[in-house]
Amino acid sequence: MQETESSSDVLQEITSSDYKYGFTTDIETEVIPKGLNEDVIRLISAKKGEPDWLLQFRLDAYRWWLKQPVPTWGHVKVAPIDYDKISFYAAPKKKEGPKSMDEVDPEIVKTFDKLGIPLHEREMLAGVQQEGTTGMAVDAIVDSESQTTTYKDKLAELGIIFCSFGEAVKAYPDLVKKYLGKVVPPRDNYYAALNSAVFSDGSFVYIPKGVHCPMELASYFRINASGTGQFERTLIVADDDAYVSYLEGCTAPMRDENQLHAAVVEIYVHDHAEVKYSTVQNWYPGDKDGKGGVYNLVTKRALCAGDFSKISWTQVETGSAITWKYPSCVLKGNNSSGEFYSVAVTNNYQEADTGTKMIHLGKNSKSRIISKGISAGHSQNSYRGLVKVAPGADGVRNYTQCDSLLLSNTSGAHTFPVMDIQNPTAVVEHEATTSKINEDQLFYCNQRGIGPEEAVGLIVGGYAKEVVAKLPMEFAVEAQKLLSLSIENSVG
Amino acid sequence: MSLLEIHNLHASIGGKEILRGIDLTINPGEIHAVMGPNGAGKSTLSAILTGNPAYTVTEGSILYKGKDLLAMPPEQRSWEGIFLSFQYPVEIPGVSMVNFMRTAVNEHRKYNNQPALSATEFLRLMREKRSVVQLDNKLANRSVNEGFSGGEKKRNEIFQMAMLEPTLSILDETDSGLDVDALRIVSDGVNRLKSAERASIVITHYQKLLEYIEPQFVHIVYKGRIVENGGPELANRIFAEGFDWVKEKAE
Ligand SMILES: Nc1ncnc2c1ncn2[C@@H]1O[C@H](COP(=O)(O)OP(=O)(O)OP(=O)(O)O)[C@@H](O)[C@H]1O
Ligand SMILES: [Mg+2]
Repeated sequence: MQETESSSDVLQEITSSDYKYGFTTDIETEVIPKGLNEDVIRLISAKKGEPDWLLQFRLDAYRWWLKQPVPTWGHVKVAPIDYDKISFYAAPKKKEGPKSMDEVDPEIVKTFDKLGIPLHEREMLAGVQQEGTTGMAVDAIVDSESQTTTYKDKLAELGIIFCSFGEAVKAYPDLVKKYLGKVVPPRDNYYAALNSAVFSDGSFVYIPKGVHCPMELASYFRINASGTGQFERTLIVADDDAYVSYLEGCTAPMRDENQLHAAVVEIYVHDHAEVKYSTVQNWYPGDKDGKGGVYNLVTKRALCAGDFSKISWTQVETGSAITWKYPSCVLKGNNSSGEFYSVAVTNNYQEADTGTKMIHLGKNSKSRIISKGISAGHSQNSYRGLVKVAPGADGVRNYTQCDSLLLSNTSGAHTFPVMDIQNPTAVVEHEATTSKINEDQLFYCNQRGIGPEEAVGLIVGGYAKEVVAKLPMEFAVEAQKLLSLSIENSVG
Repeated sequence: MSLLEIHNLHASIGGKEILRGIDLTINPGEIHAVMGPNGAGKSTLSAILTGNPAYTVTEGSILYKGKDLLAMPPEQRSWEGIFLSFQYPVEIPGVSMVNFMRTAVNEHRKYNNQPALSATEFLRLMREKRSVVQLDNKLANRSVNEGFSGGEKKRNEIFQMAMLEPTLSILDETDSGLDVDALRIVSDGVNRLKSAERASIVITHYQKLLEYIEPQFVHIVYKGRIVENGGPELANRIFAEGFDWVKEKAE
């Protein structure tokens, strides 16, 4: 009969659509032997043809890292990572020389097609671009190496540099040297040090004085090879009066083992400049029983160095077995401002410990934190935040709103807000709520013919809307879809 | 065949028995008014008909179009044409009316093996139905019921009813809190849906709505039972004399 057919359709759809990015691509990959020691670091640096100062930067970080204990303060259970079982460099094999689109392995183009990310500039111009959007330039990174960066020439006309990190080291060594490690020093923390030692590739962005970047810049990270880690490094510099909106997306195949992703993102914002950084993080979260999944242990920080500079972090976190991530703002310039908008969804056995730090050093600096945690299944979801106001920072304002939504009785929501206010003129507000999904809202949807799965998707989407609305339009829709996908099977 | 047959329905919430043996039959084309003092169990009856999981049916049966209604999940009852205009419509922050209604309409269409409406088709339908209940475009662009006034919420319920064109509509005090103009507009929306195949249950405390909607049957609920059945004259007697005589007779 009709009704049984339709309900089995729904079931099918729900059970089969778990993680649609879980495929692997068959590309010839060069992987260096597993394990980590100074020789491995020298090998990575040599493969990339790096100058000596960068090798020393790596070695210095490595030597410090060796002496550090593994941090245990997060509300996550990271299984001990055996660094001898990880290969620290993997890259699809390819020809030497500059990378134009035609030279990119067609398998890789197909992979990104499947992920819905266009690597063809012409396609972008013709069909995909929607009304009101500005289009985007993409840096596509598979495992340790950047594959291609689109729209490079068009951007170059404006003096904008958008390329892979490795390329930047070769073409703009002075710029890289000037800014690398200035926001996140190699000795900042355990995982930042690890990244500084072994980082392979990532994106580099430089927006010159007074330039408003006319399109979204996007990096897509994909782990493909097995038994490897990804350690990308992103460095964004916005010079005086510059503006850029940058987006980062990530996926990985489904694998039984845990994969390590330890990235560092540094953003340097000069006078009156503004950077918007958006992340849609969808690394493989592991299966229903918590087997496999990516360990996402990243350090992201922006330095608002100039007066009236502005940074805005927006993140939608749905993937990874473990997320450990606190995009932070150091508000050094007077009248600088930092924003953090976050939705973190955890399901099954995922664990997320995420939040932000707002370090107010400049006078009249402002910050705003909106965090929405959604936990389902047996997952654990924590907000960890620090608002710090230095003694000399007069007239600081902060507003923090921190909401948790529980979709199951077996999941946990936790908040660890810390305030360190050393100036009496600061106005700091904090609001927090924890709620369960509202049965009356669910029933109202059901009564209109919207079944439980869709209803929860709608309600959670509404709950997250304030944050998702901050994403560039091109990605807001995708993020909404991801949200509903990641909470499927979570009702009841 | 009757559209709805309720037999000896008992239901409880939180272990407390609220409905204590309801019998009611509704045929296609009929309009039934349900009246009764506060707390008699009228809203509970509408909750049971629509499958609200907060309530438990302890005894009795309900046939809808000859099928076992109690075996259907709430959303399927909706797809099968049962609509409830809630006494207290719920707010859903962040979910736009457009998105909400589009999902609802397309789920209905999926159930009936019809293709989903395109964005343009849907917006056209929405505009048409919005004009029926004179629902402001601004309201239609806001989140579901969020920040709507009491009367706007009720009007929004009738708008949704117009969109979904139910076979059996249940109006739980939709007239409460409406101004005179809104009451006429809402009644109009209900009357437009009148047909030989459809039926309505109208729960109300006021005469005005019944003047517009003109029910053929009137039932009085008291302490979880239907204690009086009649025509429009029964409603008029309640409006004139109140419920005291009903209570005395029932005790
Ligand atoms: N969660 C609950 N726990 C206990 N009793 C409840 C609960 N919900 C409703 N009731 C009781 O059930 C009875 C019937 O309520 P119902 O809402 O059906 O009345 P009603 O006839 O619709 O009244 P009104 O005219 O005021 O809308 C009332 O006495 C009410 O207090
Ligand atoms: Mg009631």
